[in-house]
Amino acid sequence: MDAPNPIVIEVDRLSAGYGETVILENLTFDVKRGEVFVILGTSGCGKTTLLRNMIGLEQPLGGRVLIGGGDVVEAEGEDRRQLLRRFGVMFQNGALFGSLSLLENVRLPLEEFTELGPEAIDLIARMKLQLVGLHGAEERLPSELSGGMQKRGAIARAMALDPEILFLDEPSAGLDPVTSAGLDELILELSGSLGVTFVVVTHELPSIFAIASRVIMLERERRGILAEGTPAGLRDAPPDDKVRQFFRREANP
Amino acid sequence: MKSNGHPVMAARLEVERGDGDALLLKVEGDLTNTTVPELWRQSEAMIIGGTSSSVAVDASGVGRIDGAGMAWLLKVGCRATCSGGRLEVRGLAPAYEKLLERYDLSHYRTVKMIPPKSLPLPEQVGRVTAHLWQDLQTHIGFVGEMTESLIRAVLNPRSIRWRDLLLAAERTGADAVPIVALICALVGLVLAFQSAMAMRPYGAEIYVANLVTIAMLRELGPLMTAIILAGRSGAAFAAEIGTMKVNDEVAALTTMGLRPVPFLAVPRMLGMVLTIPFLAMVGNVAGILGGAVMFLTLDYPMAAYFKQVLLAAEPRHLISGLIKSVFFGITIAGVGCMRGLETERGPSAVGLSATRAVVTAILLTVILDAIFGTVFYFIGF
Repeated sequence: MDAPNPIVIEVDRLSAGYGETVILENLTFDVKRGEVFVILGTSGCGKTTLLRNMIGLEQPLGGRVLIGGGDVVEAEGEDRRQLLRRFGVMFQNGALFGSLSLLENVRLPLEEFTELGPEAIDLIARMKLQLVGLHGAEERLPSELSGGMQKRGAIARAMALDPEILFLDEPSAGLDPVTSAGLDELILELSGSLGVTFVVVTHELPSIFAIASRVIMLERERRGILAEGTPAGLRDAPPDDKVRQFFRREANP
Repeated sequence: MKSNGHPVMAARLEVERGDGDALLLKVEGDLTNTTVPELWRQSEAMIIGGTSSSVAVDASGVGRIDGAGMAWLLKVGCRATCSGGRLEVRGLAPAYEKLLERYDLSHYRTVKMIPPKSLPLPEQVGRVTAHLWQDLQTHIGFVGEMTESLIRAVLNPRSIRWRDLLLAAERTGADAVPIVALICALVGLVLAFQSAMAMRPYGAEIYVANLVTIAMLRELGPLMTAIILAGRSGAAFAAEIGTMKVNDEVAALTTMGLRPVPFLAVPRMLGMVLTIPFLAMVGNVAGILGGAVMFLTLDYPMAAYFKQVLLAAEPRHLISGLIKSVFFGITIAGVGCMRGLETERGPSAVGLSATRAVVTAILLTVILDAIFGTVFYFIGF
């Protein structure tokens, strides 16, 4: 293994938004290898926007994002392909390809990016699906699956090439507690034993306490980071009323 | 070689025969998706063919393992357990050992790619017939519901969603004026050229004006407009309503106690029916002007062409064309909304509905046109 906890993602004075609307301003933080880094905040504070900027889907209004030292926005050609191979993304709604069966969805990246034979690809894809608890649903189309199953299928697809970073946008929303706990366990195991880095957007409190090694909390009014730390630290010593409200599930007064 | 940013050690495989038919596989290096393909081929050639009661893997020299590496271990394991033997992996790092335990070997013993099902011919015929019959039933149902909703809407105009109606009218009507005008003008032009060629030997070129006028008013103006609208608005209706169906918006309407047909289909249908005669008129005028452009190349004065046009343009020609266009509009809007509401689940379903809407709408329009043509001919209208 490499030196202890090198930085894998660097977000440097990032400003993000759409057109004239600035949602996030001047964000700076970094994510270390093997961490489960959780982005949280109330609805509409820009969690998904931040994620989309971190994976290079949106052009930031300012600043930059480095993944393993490579700029996700500036990289082109072969560099960009190499960079993209380093992370997998699970989108909020799964974004499974609707015309392909679940198995074919997971096979796709393996077919396109490896030299493996069909039998090997098949086996790997089935193993990934078993990891997320979808054994037996391989031949079904995404439209025949429940929302939770689609999400887990999307996680399996994101893991197909075993990237070193996984971005998960609300992985446990809409999952039953048992499945959700199983998913948390998997995340912890992958990050603990294999050093996979996770960047997770979520607001499921139990899940946050279970998996997060570090969290940042975003706030809409501030257009930036309200608090940063471990979940237990933020719960026990909230630096701000809003943080306390969030961790104790209190409604607005 | 690099994968995921790490330098990769190539994998090496050695096979040793132990006591009896036991196999010992010694692997070294990284087992990742860049090295496993080669390893897979090697092991396939070396061991998969043979039979042995137990397989042991010595993994003490192994570096990183990813999903592909795990799959390879599992594959070796499956083979061993298949023939009744046991898999033993030695020297695997504890983290990987724990991960390997997550996979249940029994799931993968019979990994087979399932061939696509093919049905016997009688069953296929049966299924298609049943499907067509169901289709026909839903179509009849839709026509009935649509008629009922339209009658209700006309009797009680306040129940109509006027904003949606005006929006539909703008999109299907006003927005389509340029394309209808352009296509009809070109059709008129081509028609004039073709007929001029045929009439020239008889010195009857002036009657090109009559031909263009009657053909545009009775036939081509309404028909071309209808075909354009089938492609533009019929498809749009099907796609809009289809997307709403896929996103459960139609279900939301139903649970609110709003029926999808009056709510979604009626405003669109009325918007289309109210605008399509005007579009057909635009088409008629554009076609006649297109014919006039051709006339510039002949030795007749322009005034002669328009005088001839006015002589030929009897009200009955215009009216018969406009009556047809109203029915075309009803057909196109109805088909578009019906195909939209029929949309099934899945992402390709919306595209399929839009395609079906266009094909059905054009087919029905042409059939309707043929019926009208025949009827008008025999009643002398």
